[in-house]
Amino acid sequence: MSPSRVAWRPLTEDETRAVFEKLANYVGKNLVHIINPSGASSKEDVEDDEDTAPLLRLQKDKVFLLNTSINNLATSVARPNLISLGQCLGKFTKSGKFKLGIGSLDVLARWARYKVWVKPNGELPFLYGNHVVKAHLGRITEDTPEHQGVVVLSMSDIPLGFGVSARSTVDTRKLDPTGLVVFHQADVGEYLRDEDTLF
Amino acid sequence: MVLPTEEEKEREATEGQDAQVVYGRIRDIVRILGDFRRFKAANRSRADYTQQLIADISSYYGYTPFLAEKLFSMFSPDEAVAFFDANETPRPVTIRANTLKTRRRDLAQALINRGVSLEPIGKWTKVGLQIFDSNVPVGATPEYLAGHYMLQSPSSFLPVMALDPQPNERVLDMASAPGGKTSYMSALMQNTGVVFANDANAARTKSLSANVHRLGCKNVVVCTHDGRQFPKVIGGFDRVLLDAPCSGTGVVSKDQSVKVNKTERDFALLSHLQKQLILCAIDSINTKSATGGFVVYSTCSVTVDEDEGVVDYALKKRPNVKLVDTGLEFGVEGFTNIGGKQFHKDMHLTRRFYPHVHNMEGFFVSKLQVLPRSVLKNKLQQAEEKEENDERLEEDDNEAGADVTFNDDEDKALMESEYFTLTRNCLTKTQKTNAANKKLEVSSHSNLKPSNLFFRLLLYIRDFT
Repeated sequence: MSPSRVAWRPLTEDETRAVFEKLANYVGKNLVHIINPSGASSKEDVEDDEDTAPLLRLQKDKVFLLNTSINNLATSVARPNLISLGQCLGKFTKSGKFKLGIGSLDVLARWARYKVWVKPNGELPFLYGNHVVKAHLGRITEDTPEHQGVVVLSMSDIPLGFGVSARSTVDTRKLDPTGLVVFHQADVGEYLRDEDTLF
Repeated sequence: MVLPTEEEKEREATEGQDAQVVYGRIRDIVRILGDFRRFKAANRSRADYTQQLIADISSYYGYTPFLAEKLFSMFSPDEAVAFFDANETPRPVTIRANTLKTRRRDLAQALINRGVSLEPIGKWTKVGLQIFDSNVPVGATPEYLAGHYMLQSPSSFLPVMALDPQPNERVLDMASAPGGKTSYMSALMQNTGVVFANDANAARTKSLSANVHRLGCKNVVVCTHDGRQFPKVIGGFDRVLLDAPCSGTGVVSKDQSVKVNKTERDFALLSHLQKQLILCAIDSINTKSATGGFVVYSTCSVTVDEDEGVVDYALKKRPNVKLVDTGLEFGVEGFTNIGGKQFHKDMHLTRRFYPHVHNMEGFFVSKLQVLPRSVLKNKLQQAEEKEENDERLEEDDNEAGADVTFNDDEDKALMESEYFTLTRNCLTKTQKTNAANKKLEVSSHSNLKPSNLFFRLLLYIRDFT
């Protein structure tokens, strides 16, 4: 039986892999920058900036990304009283699958390989939880393949959420205006809509 | 203008009042009280007018008589009416640009493009914008959802500006929901160090953590302990912000229910809680902090017993704490005495903000510096030296002789008694030492030489702390 997910603890091997796989879907090789932001290449380097080394921690199903010093201080807080800390990347479902949450947008937007920009008239429909249609598509990374994790931005480069590409860049050109380009996964509107269940 | 007679008052009570008449009467009485000698009726005293004015204010503005009197007594009559008037009009909508994600100029431009008319709040803040008019809901624009700004009243910028958190510090926000101040602190610290955002109400931590994540604050730990659990949960903070739960008499324009639902007992309970919390806040400080050691106590209430009263209590209870300048460039000085109450002489360093003066919510901000215990010890030594000097001087006056012996059991009772706290209070105010001695003299233990007893208490305190 797998360890309880209620506890405040480091992730198990399997859980870590599940989280990395999801992240890699968006950021690809850049994943290394998330795990090792200082660019440390040797073990000594890692030990040097022990305080800022990022960690993954699990609390009540949710996965948090935080640095070591915050983690050490937060151990003083009793588990039932600890609500959140650092960045919330997402949560494990009851069946053990990992689902990226809107809290991971900062990380994804910084390192994502494939991006989609929506026109101003498409911002609100996306923020209300709808998929992105061709008519709202402003720009798209040149070589985006099909079913690839993409970050959705406004034309002024504000990250609005993320999703999965429905077509490759080449195929979107042939699409009619109502055809779907990006399947919605998460958007910043959730901070308002799902405030109660988010964290 | 003539005050209504008893019969007229009764008729008003049964038949209901004409608001216009009452308001006219309020204005008249204020004018009369302004130049009392000239305008008063021959057979009327100032108390008669004041009483009628308070009754009229309570009926016209809809406050309970108790609260009307409480608030009225803090101001001059015309200022009081201006205060009550200002509580009837809503304050302007303001936002704070989140410097973690954007700059104020960029944000202003983005919002102007969406049809929002806005302007910087004032020279005193670099992150505040005032909204005049908007075609879109300001709380649901893509910029808002992406965390570029927070809807936040200007009064809640002030305690954070006073706290002035520095990068890489450990900071505590004791009552933090919904997170406006927390996220401002995090922004000032540029996402370094750590901010503990606590709120006793678990339900309110939902919106707190949603806001914290939306605004991209990565150095925040959200927890839900009773504030009084600190520093048992974790201490050693460089700075602590205590924006205490309060009656909300400063935010009447936002929440009118305060007018009627706060009784005398509520005020007593609240200030009791505030006193407990401020001591916990002070005790959570790392007194050896290289950069900090500050506590900011603020409330959105204007009543004295929730503001100066609480700070005064903390100063008396913790001799190693002193008031320092808040660093805010405007605001009214706090009261050093009011209504027969005397507060600490440095209380003028605290700042009050009023709706009718500053066009923001009523607010109180004070900044306390928590000094290391060694400073306290120095103070103790000074007190001792002064004590010895006094003793020498007094020796001539005193009846000499009385045998002085000490019995630990006896002393224990004394130390736990009021003299103990009394004496502690004296430590910060050595000039009051003599008065304290006199009190000790008249006590039942008058066979003990007071100054020696005082000396022993000092030693006890030193060992104890």
